[in-house]
Order: sequence, then structure tokens, then C-alpha cells
Amino acid sequence: MKKDNLKTKVESISSPELIVVPDSSGGTSERKSLLASGLTLKEHRDGVLLRTKQTGKYNGIATLDLKENDPIRYEKLFSKLRGGLVHSRETAKKIAASPIVEQEGELCFTLYNAAGDCVLTSTGIIIHVGTMGAAIKYMIENNWEDNPGINPGDMFTNNDCSIGNVHPCDIATIVPIFWKEELVGWVGGVTHVIDTGSVSPGSMSTGQATRFGDGYQITCRKTGIKDVPLRDWLHESQRSTRTPKYWILDERTRIAGCHMIRELVEEVIEAEGLGAYQKFAYECVEDGRRGLLNRVKAMTIPGTYRKVAFTDVPYAHPDVVTSSPFAKLDTIMHAPAEITIRPDGSWKLDFEGASRWGWHSYNANQVAFTSGIWVMLTQTLVPTERINDGAYYATEFRLPKGTWMNPDDRRTGHAYAWHFLVAGWSALWRGMSQAYFSRGYLEEVNAGNGNTSNWLQGGGINQDGDVHAVNSFEPAATGTGACAIKDGLNHAAAIWNPEGDMGDIEIWEMAEPLLYLGRNVKTNSGGYGKYRGGCGFETLRMVWKASDWTMFFMGNGYMNSDWGFMGGYPSATGYRFEAHDTDLKERIAQGLPLPLGADRVPCDFDYESKISENARVKRDQQAMTTESLFENYDLYLNYVRGGPGFGDALDREAKSVEMDLNTRAVLPEFAEKVYGAVISQNAKGLWCVDADKTETRRAEMRKERIARSRPTREWMKGEREKILNKDASVQVRHMFATSFGLSEKFLNDFKTFWELPQEWQLPESELGVPTHGMTSRMDLSQLPDVTTIVLVEE
Amino acid sequence: MPTYTREQIGNMVDGKLQSDSVHRMLSMPKDPERFEIYLDVLQEKVSWKDKIILPLGPHLYIVQSLADKKWVTKCSCGHIFGDYRENWKLNALLYVRDTEEAMSQVYPKLMAPDTKWQVYREYCCPTCGIMQDIEAPTPWYPVIHDFEPDIDAYYKEWVHLPLPERAN
Repeated sequence: MKKDNLKTKVESISSPELIVVPDSSGGTSERKSLLASGLTLKEHRDGVLLRTKQTGKYNGIATLDLKENDPIRYEKLFSKLRGGLVHSRETAKKIAASPIVEQEGELCFTLYNAAGDCVLTSTGIIIHVGTMGAAIKYMIENNWEDNPGINPGDMFTNNDCSIGNVHPCDIATIVPIFWKEELVGWVGGVTHVIDTGSVSPGSMSTGQATRFGDGYQITCRKTGIKDVPLRDWLHESQRSTRTPKYWILDERTRIAGCHMIRELVEEVIEAEGLGAYQKFAYECVEDGRRGLLNRVKAMTIPGTYRKVAFTDVPYAHPDVVTSSPFAKLDTIMHAPAEITIRPDGSWKLDFEGASRWGWHSYNANQVAFTSGIWVMLTQTLVPTERINDGAYYATEFRLPKGTWMNPDDRRTGHAYAWHFLVAGWSALWRGMSQAYFSRGYLEEVNAGNGNTSNWLQGGGINQDGDVHAVNSFEPAATGTGACAIKDGLNHAAAIWNPEGDMGDIEIWEMAEPLLYLGRNVKTNSGGYGKYRGGCGFETLRMVWKASDWTMFFMGNGYMNSDWGFMGGYPSATGYRFEAHDTDLKERIAQGLPLPLGADRVPCDFDYESKISENARVKRDQQAMTTESLFENYDLYLNYVRGGPGFGDALDREAKSVEMDLNTRAVLPEFAEKVYGAVISQNAKGLWCVDADKTETRRAEMRKERIARSRPTREWMKGEREKILNKDASVQVRHMFATSFGLSEKFLNDFKTFWELPQEWQLPESELGVPTHGMTSRMDLSQLPDVTTIVLVEE
Repeated sequence: MPTYTREQIGNMVDGKLQSDSVHRMLSMPKDPERFEIYLDVLQEKVSWKDKIILPLGPHLYIVQSLADKKWVTKCSCGHIFGDYRENWKLNALLYVRDTEEAMSQVYPKLMAPDTKWQVYREYCCPTCGIMQDIEAPTPWYPVIHDFEPDIDAYYKEWVHLPLPERAN
């Protein structure tokens, strides 16, 4: 089709028509449709979904007319809009005062078509491609069109986790885009705010059992008219958070970005015509769908991949104060992932067997789970700017209802959903990486993502005398997983933000009443292997000029959330160090040695040797806590995790181990024990590895491995006996019991593998721990007048 | 569409590729002929003559046995783990780190998992002792059958290579 004909065709859409709607008196009235087609937004979306279902192609688009017939125009539209989204993000973030936004880049802007499907997105926290889309779809499905109405200049705000948001601290501003009187799309902007007024200070919180402790939640509320925020919203929202100054500047950031993008769309329509824009806004999604299928076929291998991931919920410990007694138990998150790639390039991600949601703040909405996977895949399978909802339409997700990634109860807490999400996705890295490895694309292999923790959080009265909350975003620079051809990066990135950054010390010290006494690579935190995982880092903070201050820890401690890959080891687990009554004030005054720098060997107690012997120190694996009191001169170690390793550690080049020793990436003890390195240190303190002696030692170690091991099937006999005897910790049994309760298939597969008697069972009720939620649950969909958004097979 | 020489692919397998080449590989579309060259490079590295059909890991392959054309899973040292459809881990040697003492051999105290929560299961080759895989599950967890490739579809429909004869 020639360009002129195409333009005529796509611009032949009529202007908005009148539609009949029910009114408050029980009768009907007429109002203008928001769409040129005369359809309601819901009718329009239903049509898109129906055509997609019938044809297998987004909105039934069989040919990419615009792209194929006028590729330059298509690319021009793409580049202009995509460039504008990135530009708006970069410009708008300068408005924010929060280092989370301004330093770490925890924001994102996304353009949607009228059906609420993402057309294009900016850089940043692109998990919100899906979460903001879910909010728009919620407004469409629940007839916001009639009440509260959708008009030019309106602004809507959402952070409701039961709609799709990851956690309440991700606040989204959504602005409808009109051309004359027709709604042509939406733009959403999201920022991660410092505080949401939850039970404890900081953007993510622990200890609450339900949503009702997660903080202020806003459900697609109209918060602005004629481009002006409503005063009731401004007053209410600012007093619902501990950090109103940051809150309001974050809101202005989002509004500015959204309005820049709205203006850009208007310019594009003015220049290219409404029809061309509308055609692009749907064709681009189909293009994205096809793009993902092509990439799957170009980079992977058909077949079935099975991986699994876990993380700890250590809530029985006294330093976890829960709001409800039924939350007080240890358990484990279970995320089994089965990836099926079919010969036609289509694929399915199935999480059958996952454990149940729980009475903590780590649950995730189905959209948070699925949308977040795209953040991961943009770093490997689709590393381009062409990511949109087409990728969603190209993927079948199965998240069984009732699991932690698709709760079936409207009370679930989500404030720190990332504790489970970053762990759950690590299984997918290994599945995808198996495909890349087998196909020969070794450069794409990633052993997994490091656990993006610890989160230093807390609050009180800061150095300026203000009520304040802190949430150090240093874990945005976690160690990355090893590749099949090189080591992971040290303290470099986070799975949830491809542009992660640890931030400047000087900025964090302005934002937090916590001085830095050290910021160093975390020795031995990366998983060993032929290529090792990137190391994390650690910062030692001293409370300074604060009052009435509290802090807590959030991370994995008793378990790894990642595994090594193809013979590599997982990264190290986390632990906590905090010290109170330190006498550092006196030591500083007297010029005595201070605890500075790294906590290189955790049980050498180096820090303890430089503080009062009467100091109260907590040094253990309880890396998940709730608020505890901190006074000035108290210490807090923020240890950010490393990434997992790849390949047999005994295959690592001697020179690389030497480099590890001299850059403090590994401790000498483990260079010897794990790498088999024969090492020495010269007069200048430099380490040297003797390659020949190391090779000899490694040959011995391989023999030692054989000697200490036994056939897998033989080991299985003993493990089977343990299962028959119910010999495992309560947290292990609880994890299995909740998975069994949700999945008969998982239970049957388990029994089959271990050859257990048919009558064997593990009911939750026999564990002797609280069972709230085991049988009685109420889904959000059971509330009157609510249509939930379901985007996965349940 | 970029292409790479056999030498470049060989360097990649050996981890010797220059960083600019790695960057190019990462940022450019994938080279569809990679698989064939990759197999060729790997075949030259092993000491046996069985035909490599699909690499599973740095020391693990699905191969066509030269003697009887059966497809099996094989270690780089020549050890055979059994039929390619079986979970090779069930025929491996296993060492389980399920005590604090065993964990202390691989990580400093406080930086290893608590074995009441998580264990390490280290699968090695019974002949050469190469570490083929390390699982990090909870106690009781079934041995995971990680990967069941659809090799027929892959060869015939995706990379358009002749499917090696299979006697099993």
C-alpha cells in the first residue's frame, strides 16, 4: 500500500459518537463516547482481546501495514516517541529530591494505547510497563469512564497492590491523552517513594501480617483535574507519609514527565495525523509480540526446562515483631519454574507447585510477577528498546491461584514483595541460560541474579530535626551472576533496574543521619566457579545527629536465593551486624582506633575489638528484622550480596584466583579450600598462586570429591527414610505442606519421585504452627462491584 | 547479521574473547550459524569420537555413541551417565553439604546457609571428579530433571541440520 492510501485508510475513523449510559436515577442518559468508534473503553478493550484470541495476533493485526509499507515513517514514529519517553524521564527526575529517584533512577514513564496496552516505555524500573497497564485496565473494566469520569487534564494515582502494583511505595500517576475529544491513549509515570506511611519507616516494611500494615494505598483515584492536583489529595497524601517533602517532589516529577509525554504525543499526531498514530499504537504491540517469538527461536532451544528457587522467612526469631500472632512462624518461599518452549517458538512459564502466600509483606500480585520478568528478559532475551506489551501477549503464564505470586486473599501484604520476586526469578535465569549455553550463545549466559539486599531502612528524627524515613538503595549495585565466558560484575547492578547505581556517599549522608565508616568490596560474597559471581559490597554506618531513631534489616540470611550454575557455587548468604552502646563518641574524642572499613571475616570480630567491650552486638544470620532502637554512635553494617558462580571452581585459572586474592574478592582460606590454590604472600603483601602446584592439588581434590561422594540413588534411600519419618525442620515441612495444599500435581510428583506410599501426606495442621489462611480465604473479586484484572492462567 | 570465525568461537569457548568482541556479540543480532561452529569447536576439544549432539554444560554433552548410534549423556572425560532422556544426576556421584561443618569448608561462618533450611548437593563425575552441578534446595527436595530438550524439532525446524541417527 502506498503511503497516501495508507494515510487515507487510517484516518477515515470518525469522530466520537454519543453513547447511552445508565444514570443515577435508574434511567439512561447520553454522553459522548471517549472513542471515535462510539464504543465504551471496556467494549473497545473486549474487542482487542477477542481479536487477539481469535487470531493469535494482537488486535487481529495480520500484517504490519505501517511498518511494512512505510518503514521509515514507522521508525520515525518509534524513535520520536521512544526518545521522548527517555528524555522526559531524564528531565523529570531532576525535579525529585529523593536520592532513590534522582540518584538511583527509580522511575519510569510508559505510553499506552486506549486499551491500556503498553506501546513504548522509557528506561528505568520497567516492571511498571505491566503494573501501570493493569491500573489502566482496572479503570476500564470498572467503568471509571462513567464515574469518576475520564476527561482531558485529569490525573489518576494508583499504588494498589491488589490491582498489580509491586509494592505500595511505587506510586503511579496516570494521565489520559486526548486528541480533540477522543481518548487516544494514556501515559503513566512511576516513582519509588521513600515512605508510604506503613507500620515502620522506609519504603518497604516488615512485620505487618496484612495489607492493612503496608501503608497508604490509593486505588486509581482521580487526583487532578485540568492538570492541577486536587487540594484534598495534596493534603491527605502528604500527611499519610513520613516524608512529605520528598513525596510532593516525587509527585511533581511524575506529573512533569507525564505532561511532557502527552505534549509529545500531541505533536506527533499534529505532524503525522491521528490515524497514523492510532495505527502505530496497536501495530507496535503486535510488532513486539512477533519480536519476542523471533528472539525465542533465534536464541533458545525447544524443550522443557525445570528450575527452582527459595528464600527464607525467618519470623520465629524474637527480633521479628509481627503485628499478628499467626504470622509468627518460620517458613520458606518455594518457586518452581517450568519453562516450555515449543517448536513454533511459543512458550509457557508455569509455576505449578509454588508455596502459598503468607502473613508477611513478601507476597506479589500476578502482574508484579509477570511484568517483572520483562525487566529480567530485557537484560538478555530482548535487550532492545522494543519492549512493550507485545512480549506479554507472546507469553503464556501460569500462576496458580493461591500461590504467593497470585494470592487469593484480599488481605495479603506486599510491601517487600521483592524479597520473593528477586529469588523467584533467579530460577528463570538458569533456565534461559541453559538454552543459551546449549545453543552456543555463551555471552548471554548468566548464572543468576544476586539477592538485592540488604535493605537498610528506618527512621525517626533526622539531622535536620525533621520526621524522616530512610531507605538506602545501595543494593541497586549488587554483584551480578557469572557468565559462561567471564566473571560477574562486582557491586554493579540490580535485577529490577538495569540502570542501577549504588549512589554517592555524600548524597546518602545528606539524606540519612548515618555517617560512612567504610564502603568496601564484600570479600567472599560472590559464588565460586570457573567464572565467579560478582562480589557485593558492604558499608558500615554510624548513627549521627539523629534522635528517636530506629532501623531494621531486610534480606536473606539462612538461605541463598540463587544457585550456582553448571558446577558453580551459589553466592554467600547474608548476615547482620549491629552494635549499640559502642563508646565511639569517647573513642573519637580520644583519637583511639575506630571500626573502619570492611567486616572482612565475619567471625574475626574486628569491629568488636574497636568498640566498648560492653557494647551490645548482634552478629548472626537473622538478616530479616523489624524496627529496633538506635542511638547516636551505634553501628549498622549494610552488606549487599554477591552473585552466583558458573562452572567447576577447580577450572578457574590460577591467575584469576591470584587476582581475586589481591583484590580481596576471596579470602585466602577459601582460595585454598575451594579453588585448590597453592598460595603464598610476598613481602609487599601481594598474593601469588603457584600454577603447577595448584594443578597437582586440584587433581587430588577431584579424587577427594569422588571418595567423599556416593551414588545419588544410594543417597536417595536415606533421604526417603527422612521423609517417611517427617525428619526436617518445621520451615521445610511448612513450605512443602503449603505447596502440597495448592497442587495435587506437585504432591503426586513428589510421592512418585520418592516412591512414597499412596497414603503418605503432610497436612499443615500437623505442624504445630499457626494455620491462619490454610482454609479460609476471600479474594478481592468477591467484593461487590469489583472486576479484577486477570492476565494469567490461574 | 554478524558472523564470527571459528577462531573467535573457539576463543569464546575458552573465555579468551576480547571484550570488544563480547560487547559486539551481546549487542548485535545473533549469528544463526553459531551452533554448528560451536559443535565443531567442542568436538575438537574432547578426546573421544562420539558425535556431540547438544552441549549441556562445560563438561557434559548429549552425544551419539560411535559404536551403536545410541544417544547418551557423556562427561568430557568419557564417562557415560546413561540414556540422554534420563536425569543424568541420578547416575552421578553426590556429596551433600548438610552440616555446619561441611558448609564451613566452602564459606566463612555466617556466610553459608543454615542446613536446617538449605543444603548443597554437589554432583560430580564418578570417573574424573569434575563438578557437573550444584543444587541448593531445601532438604527433601526431589532431584531436579533440569532440561529435556526437543532435539528433533531443534535440528529439523530451527537450525535446519540433519538429525544424527538415533538407535534408542
